[in-house]
Amino acid sequence: MLKYLVKRFFQTAVVLFVVSVIVFCVMSFTGDPVLMIVPPNATDAQIAEARIALGLDQPLWVQYKVFLFNLLKGDLGISYIFKRPALTLIVERMPATLELVFLSVLISVAVALPCGVFAGAWPNNPISRAIMGGSLLGISLPSFWVGILMIFYFAVEKGLLPSSGRGTTDTLFGIPFAFLTRDGFRHLILPAVTLALGTLAMLIRLIRAQIMEVLRQDFIKFARAKGVSWKSLLFGHALKNALVPVVTVFGMQIGSLIAFATVTETIFAWPGMGKLLVDSINTSDRPVIVAYLMIVAAMFVFINFIVDIVYTLIDPRIDLR
Amino acid sequence: MAELLLEVRNLRTYFELFRGTVKAVDGVSFTLEAGEILGIVGESGGGKSVTGFSLLGLIDPPGRIADGEVIFRGEDLLKKSAEEMRRIRGKEISMIFQDPMTSLNPLQTVGRQLDEMLALHTSLSASQRRNRAVELLTEVGIPNPADRLENYPHQFSGGMRQRVVIAIALAANPGLIIADEPTTALDVTVQAQILTLMENLVKKFGSSLILITHDLAVVSEMTHRVAVMYCGRIVEEGPTKELIRAPYHPYTMGLLESIPRMAGTRLPRLPQIPGMVPSLFDLPRGCSFEPRCPRATARCREEIPEMRRMTGNRRTACHNPQTAGKEAADYDR
Repeated sequence: MLKYLVKRFFQTAVVLFVVSVIVFCVMSFTGDPVLMIVPPNATDAQIAEARIALGLDQPLWVQYKVFLFNLLKGDLGISYIFKRPALTLIVERMPATLELVFLSVLISVAVALPCGVFAGAWPNNPISRAIMGGSLLGISLPSFWVGILMIFYFAVEKGLLPSSGRGTTDTLFGIPFAFLTRDGFRHLILPAVTLALGTLAMLIRLIRAQIMEVLRQDFIKFARAKGVSWKSLLFGHALKNALVPVVTVFGMQIGSLIAFATVTETIFAWPGMGKLLVDSINTSDRPVIVAYLMIVAAMFVFINFIVDIVYTLIDPRIDLR
Repeated sequence: MAELLLEVRNLRTYFELFRGTVKAVDGVSFTLEAGEILGIVGESGGGKSVTGFSLLGLIDPPGRIADGEVIFRGEDLLKKSAEEMRRIRGKEISMIFQDPMTSLNPLQTVGRQLDEMLALHTSLSASQRRNRAVELLTEVGIPNPADRLENYPHQFSGGMRQRVVIAIALAANPGLIIADEPTTALDVTVQAQILTLMENLVKKFGSSLILITHDLAVVSEMTHRVAVMYCGRIVEEGPTKELIRAPYHPYTMGLLESIPRMAGTRLPRLPQIPGMVPSLFDLPRGCSFEPRCPRATARCREEIPEMRRMTGNRRTACHNPQTAGKEAADYDR
């Protein structure tokens, strides 16, 4: 296990290094941040001065070297706009995004598991057909449009739920969370549901396909010949066997939920990392963008690592070495 | 051997497919006494396995049991509700499958799968069930049974897994065990061990056994009676020894002829049954075996032969049965 962890750690380092190169190169082609920072009436001399102050007059590889060494020290640069460390800015916003993603994940799993198992076990049932039709909609409809519709219906028409912001927060372990207060939780519902829809729909389809596949296997027929009831057949025997590919996709989905939260956060003015990213792109705040991408990449790698551990818990045949 | 355990009357299991109806089991009748071992023999696709699954009510759409009665201990199983059938499965009738590699759940320990059977059908406490599981594994010849309970199926060899499957099938001490090609997926050396084990355990537990196989050699060694199936119908049935010594039906004869012999006169080529099993979508109008049969006449082409009683306890469905006592070696030369 230790050997595996060490190996995995080096893999992670390589992945993050490659990501840093790509991110850094791509960012340097996306317009001149100096022009966004200096006042509109700045003289050429002032612009040149700002460029030198930010180190942007150096060749690209020198800039990268500085960036990399700072990165190793845990320093991801200072935001051009906020004049504060980019990492701090992102970490401050992270709880908002994480609670949004966490609730979405919870919603998707809670709905997708029963729906997917049902649709897989009784594929010809009218309810299953309705579930499948709904999931097709869930996959096809873009989340920004669904979000706007939800705001229109639940916030504007019915006035049931708030449509923007995070509401009141309360602190847990010194971190502010919205779900701790009634008002904050009400603010959380619409964005979380919007964010969950795509994942939810995809999980339903995947779980259904897997269950149908597993139910054709001999050991299911053997279990039936033992007199096992349908319920324990589905949830005791079939579900766990259906789960390995589901967990893989689910892991990647959590990653993309964090990434896709950008869109949802923008629509609902949710003050999370995604909103920060969009704002930073609009102002060419390069250190924040780079820091965001590095952090998201690190999260992806970490989630995949967790997924690999979960495999071994599900399937005794999978060995990590 | 007197008490009648099972009587199957005119069982018909049809599969309604897009291309038409497949009569996988078409009017099968047989009986089974308590403690008896019955072999059901035939080529692949002859309806043997479907017959086995029909007895347990495990036919899934598009299949359905169209007609017939399965009278087990005086009650018709086909009239039972789904819940009643669930309680009969495993407790009264259990099944052993062909491939032990796939018939155990790969993600559960062997102990848990044995325990499930005991928990479903006995009133033992958890610790009693564990002791019973150890006993059962000992019974089927698995070394270190207490430790092996914690292992997963992939940690067992094929033969050992089939032993586990047999232990599970026997766990609730059922009156009838249906074994569907139980040794086909195993090494030849292991096959004999498993068959001997099954024979001994069935005797010890006082169960009856229906042994479904394509292997007449297996049948001749351990069954009391044989039913030969072809295209969904039983074509010949009788006590094993007599049937193998002098078969009535040309199909049985063909099956016997195509077993290679090690000793005795060396034949130039192994005899085979000419032609192939007809498509179940398009069976011949008369006897299903007529196109491949060396004894076929015009009547066989037109008229489906009825099952009729021959000497002793033997039955066959053939218009021109072999004369009794004719030696098998004369066939097809």
